[in-house]
Amino acid sequence: MTTSIRADRREFLRVSAIAGGGLLLGTYIESAGALEALAAAPGAPLAETALGNYISIAADGMVTIVAKNPEIGQGVKNMLPMLIAEELDVEWKNVRIVQGDLDTVKFQGQSAGGSTATPTNWLPMRRVGAAGRAMIVAAAAQTWNVPAGELTTAAGRVHHKASNRSVGYGDLLAKAATMTAPALESVPLKDPKDFTIIGKSTKGVDIPKIVTGKPLFGIDVSVPGMLYAVYHKCPVFAGKVASANLDDIKKIPGVKHAFVVQGTTPTQLAGLVSGVAIVADSWWTANSARKQLKVTWDEGATASQSSASYQAQAEAFSKGTPQRNLRKDGDADSAMSAAGVKMVKGGYFYPFISHAPLEPQNTTAHWKDGKLELWSPSQTPAGGRGLVSRSLGIPETDITLHLTRMGGGFGRRLYNEPMVEAAAIAKQVGAPVKLLWTREDDMHYDQYRAAGWHYFSGAVDASGKLVAWKNHFVGFGDGERFAPSAGMGAGEFPAGFIANYALDVSMIPTGVPTGALRAPGSNGIAFAVQSFIDELAEAAGKDPIQFRLDLLSNTPIAPPAPAAGQQPAPAGLDGARMRGVLEMVREKSGWANRSSLPKGTGMGVGFHYSHRGYFAEVVQATVRKDGEVQVDKVWVAGDIGSVIINPSNAENQAQGCVIDGLSEAFGQEITIQNGRAVQSNYNNHPMLRMNEAPPIEVHWVKSNNAPTGLGEPALPPVVPALTSAIYAATGKRVRTLPISKHDLSWR
Amino acid sequence: MKVSFRVNGKPASVDVAEDMPLLWILRDVLDLKGSKYGCGIGQCGACTVHVKGVATKSCQLPASKLAGADVTTIEGLSPDGSHALQKAWEEHDVPQCGYCQAGQIMAAAALLAKKPKPTDSDIDTAMNGNLCRCGTYLRIKAAIRSASGTTTTDAPSGGRSGQREEAHA
Ligand code: FES
Ligand code: FES
Repeated sequence: MTTSIRADRREFLRVSAIAGGGLLLGTYIESAGALEALAAAPGAPLAETALGNYISIAADGMVTIVAKNPEIGQGVKNMLPMLIAEELDVEWKNVRIVQGDLDTVKFQGQSAGGSTATPTNWLPMRRVGAAGRAMIVAAAAQTWNVPAGELTTAAGRVHHKASNRSVGYGDLLAKAATMTAPALESVPLKDPKDFTIIGKSTKGVDIPKIVTGKPLFGIDVSVPGMLYAVYHKCPVFAGKVASANLDDIKKIPGVKHAFVVQGTTPTQLAGLVSGVAIVADSWWTANSARKQLKVTWDEGATASQSSASYQAQAEAFSKGTPQRNLRKDGDADSAMSAAGVKMVKGGYFYPFISHAPLEPQNTTAHWKDGKLELWSPSQTPAGGRGLVSRSLGIPETDITLHLTRMGGGFGRRLYNEPMVEAAAIAKQVGAPVKLLWTREDDMHYDQYRAAGWHYFSGAVDASGKLVAWKNHFVGFGDGERFAPSAGMGAGEFPAGFIANYALDVSMIPTGVPTGALRAPGSNGIAFAVQSFIDELAEAAGKDPIQFRLDLLSNTPIAPPAPAAGQQPAPAGLDGARMRGVLEMVREKSGWANRSSLPKGTGMGVGFHYSHRGYFAEVVQATVRKDGEVQVDKVWVAGDIGSVIINPSNAENQAQGCVIDGLSEAFGQEITIQNGRAVQSNYNNHPMLRMNEAPPIEVHWVKSNNAPTGLGEPALPPVVPALTSAIYAATGKRVRTLPISKHDLSWR
Repeated sequence: MKVSFRVNGKPASVDVAEDMPLLWILRDVLDLKGSKYGCGIGQCGACTVHVKGVATKSCQLPASKLAGADVTTIEGLSPDGSHALQKAWEEHDVPQCGYCQAGQIMAAAALLAKKPKPTDSDIDTAMNGNLCRCGTYLRIKAAIRSASGTTTTDAPSGGRSGQREEAHA
């Protein structure tokens, strides 16, 4: 997934006094909308509503900070305000946080995806806080008639050491409001050694509400007079309603409306797809009415597709010439046929899987007087509003979108079908409507993690050095372009670390919607690539970690110059940073002593670079003779820069990534039959339960790099680490996922 | 059908379809949104409440079986969020998205009410019906231990079968 970051609009700081002696600080973006809004009321005191990233400081010193980004469980609602509060130099306990609505005039980058919030906000959020502090210091300097340089701040107070004076921020606000706002780009920031909030654990700001069951999530939204809706779509992707027994449905007690919604984007499945809406006075009634719904579908072309047909096509591709080459360094074919090299081949497969966030997809919509109000758990609210606008012909300015906390995202809520469906239904009904998908809807209409096949060959020379690598990757796409999040890039490791390297690709057309699942691409590619590295290490007679360290020590090879009009391959990983985490995980896991593990117990390793993060992980697993696998322990070593902003949350995220990756590896698969998803709920698309959750140790390498995100990059390495541990324990190499399909019994 | 029962110590009477599960009565009729819908088939535990003190998946309890039941939801676990588990959940910074956590706390509370000093395997058994999609199991377990003043061996008690039926049903 690519997330574009708007760097073309500068942010400015505005300040004003607020009633009761408080101070309001906020940014505005130099954009048409913001300037218009300001020009409309020249000289007027700025309202909170005109400002983004705002901080208001009350006379009692309490600070309120708007959290602009959507919260899916990644902890951003803590993280961004922590950056502001640090530089403002106030105590965390005096900070209140409120969730901002979608506002593209006030805020930049209001989305959750791609682990981008940390790298893109690290400096901007700190600057906002630092600018506020600078103005308060200036106000104190003026009040005491001393140079600002003699003043220090701590815990929401300004101190003047020479005269032994100090004053709380609250007493300086009126004057601070009259100071000139500093330029954000040049405002001085704290030396990291002086941090008092960044790098210290803060507890999730919504925990008190979560543990007492307060309404917080999209599914909890309640609007007076609200009706409840379900939306019934064709089990075959992109199929359309031909006819439905709507009159029978309308007769069911409690059902208020039943109608067909014509899809507007039949070829783009993340849009408004054809279906039947049932609206009732309770969700249970609406959903129960589906049992009596009889729809004749126009199933369309996807009905002829199945997992078996995809598998047959992939195998056929593997035996033929690839459709295209994405990267070629040196000459892998010659290197593999050279005398004295040992060649290895292996075909790997990972299946479609579903996101399955615990809160099913939903949105509440209210269409009134030509305006639309939405409450939606969306990772991409701006994209969702645009989709609604385009699909229903409602100007974006007539759409208000409230962000709710989300019961997990994992990439599912990057796509906004429930938002556009709810809007379409509400527009027709003219009353507030809450649309809620069932778990089965959620699993049957996902934008799935794309399946993929990797047909590898590689060679090691007599000294055990990896001299050639070829990967024929078969993914989904139309032959020219990969389907969403179904591709592989020319910069993907081990490209650049092997002199003779080739990445070839072929594509299978599919009607199955694919999309970004936590660490998209990486969550499958790491399994295949790292597993094959293990096979080569074995052929080389080398320790799997040492073999990797050697590979990462090779002088990087620059990617070939791009063809005319093509983007250059993205920079690959930094070998030294990856070696750092590998060495750390080797030490922490006691890897050197693994030969003393009992028979049936083994350790495996994997590493992966994604979303700017470096992770290496070791799994110790025990396989019983009957094939039952128990993960004994997992060690994680990560390098996401110089500081871990919120250590408690960082550990939680890394452990969650590991559990997630283990769940994917062990049992998750969506199979396609006749153009439909077969699996329907957690019973047949399982995830780990408590008794299966291993202890997970998380360690950080603090490198001299700006901090980067963590929601995703800790996931990919655990999958190959697990399958390699199973190999070490049993001698059985798992080349296709899920693991549950393999007989791992041994004697 | 009309049915009367008790929720969080107060009488409740509703007139709903007889197959309407307690979960939806709580959420959409009585406006108690703390119990969550995750699967509707008894697999995830997000909807866990207490019925006469026993942890119960409210998505599996229809109105027709509700007469006279004594139901406690997360909203009624303590008057002010002061139950030892609620405090431990904050202390251990357990939640990620938080969606499963009301159900987790209710399952744990029923366990501790019956067994104030549970072993690791008691905890696993009591909590195994509750999924956490975000994977906060280690902290959930740590929070239960600290609320009950117990310590642990810190090892998983169960394995993952190489050939589990349900993965391919
Ligand atoms: S919603 Fe009741 S167990 Fe999942
Ligand atoms: S915290 Fe997200 S499902 Fe448990």
